Amino acid sequence: MNDALLRLSGIACMRGGRLLLRGIDLTLTPGQSALLRGPNGTGKSSLIRLTAGLLPAYAGTIERRGKVALSDEALALDRDRTLGRALGFWAKMDAVPASAIADALNAIGLSDLADIPVRMLSTGQRKRAMLARVAASGAPIWLLDEPANGLDSASAAMLGALMRGHLARGGIILAASHQDLPLDGAQDIDLSAYLPQGEDA
Amino acid sequence: MILPALIARDSARAWRSGGLWLPLAFLLLVAALFPFAVGPDAALLSRTGGGMLWIAALLASLLPVDRLVAPDRDAGVLDQLALRGIGDEVVALAKLVAHWISFGPPLMLAAFPAAALLKLDGQTLLHLEIGLALGTPALAALGLLIAALTAGLRSSGALAGLLALPLAIPLLIFGAGSLDDQSGAAFKFLAAVSLLLIAITPFAAGAAIRAGRE
Repeated sequence: MNDALLRLSGIACMRGGRLLLRGIDLTLTPGQSALLRGPNGTGKSSLIRLTAGLLPAYAGTIERRGKVALSDEALALDRDRTLGRALGFWAKMDAVPASAIADALNAIGLSDLADIPVRMLSTGQRKRAMLARVAASGAPIWLLDEPANGLDSASAAMLGALMRGHLARGGIILAASHQDLPLDGAQDIDLSAYLPQGEDA
Repeated sequence: MILPALIARDSARAWRSGGLWLPLAFLLLVAALFPFAVGPDAALLSRTGGGMLWIAALLASLLPVDRLVAPDRDAGVLDQLALRGIGDEVVALAKLVAHWISFGPPLMLAAFPAAALLKLDGQTLLHLEIGLALGTPALAALGLLIAALTAGLRSSGALAGLLALPLAIPLLIFGAGSLDDQSGAAFKFLAAVSLLLIAITPFAAGAAIRAGRE
C-alpha cells in the first residue's frame, strides 16, 4: 500500500456546458486525507467522480497510483441477494478473500445482517453496506461522497474508526461532505474558493 | 476469472426475474394463439408457422431489454466495474452471453411443442432448430446493443422495439428463409449476420455504456 498516491493538478470540471471548478491542485500520499467542503451544487460529487476516472476532466491531469474504491449515492449491491452474497460478488471482482467481507461488516456493525436481502436494509444500513464494500475492497485510495449521510451517531463513530484505521495502514481518503466528518488531520478544501468567477469557459 | 463471474451474476439475475420461463411461455402462447387467428387449416399453419415462430423468437428476445443494462447503470454497478479497471466492452460481452443463456436455449426448447402446435414437419423443425441456434446469439446481441443505447432514457422499452425491429430484418429474412431452403445458403447468411452482430456488439454496447456515464 505504501506507494499509493493521488494527485490532482490544475483540474477543471465542466458539467452540462458550465464550468464548475477550476485550478484544483491536491496531492495525497499514504496516511493523508482531504475533505471537500462546500454548499450543494459546488461540484463535490463531480470532483469525486472525476477523481475516480468516471468523468473526463475538462483540463488538468489526475494521477492515481493504487486501486480506488468509491462510495457515492449509488448502492451497487444486488437488491434481491443477501448482503453477504452481494458483497461477495465485489470480493470476487476485487480478488480479495471472503474474510475481508466479514471483517468489513464487523467494523461497520452489520455482521448480524449478512443474511438479510439488500432490499430490506434501511437508509443508514445501506450507507453502511456501501462503506463495507469500500472497506472490503482492499483498495488503498478511498473516495467517499457524503459517507456520513443518514448515519446515526454510533454508526458515524464506526465510520470514524474505519477511516482512522485505513489511514493508519497507509491508505488515502478523499471525502466530500457538507457536514463534519470524524476525519482528524484532513486537509480542508472549500470548493467555493475554486468557483470560476464570472468568466466564460 | 472476471468474465465467468460477470456472466454468472447476470445469468442468476435473469433467472431470478423469470428468465427461463418467460421466453418459453411467450413462444408457446404465440404458437397457441396463431391457429385461433388464421384458422385451424393444417396446410396453412405448417406453411406459415415457421415464419411466425421466428417473429415470436425476435419479440421474445426484446422482452427483457429494459432489464439488461439500465438497472445496473442506475445502481452504480457499471461505475463500480469501470472503477476496477474492467472494460465496458468486457461487461457488455458478459451481458451478451448471459442474455443469450437466459433466452436462446429456452426458445429452442419451446420450439418443439410449438412446432407440434403448428403442424410443422420434421424437416422444418430441424431447420428451425438449426436456424435458432445460429440466430438467437444475434438476437441477444441486438437486444443488448439496444439496451445499452437506450439505458437511462424514459420509456426505453417502447423505443427499444422501434430501434431493434428494423435491424432484425436480415435475421428474419435468412432465418425464415432457411426453413425450406435445401441448399444451406440461408444458414450461411444467417451465420454471417450473426457473427457480424456478435463481433460488433461488445464494442458498440461498451461505447454506449461509456457515453451514457455522467
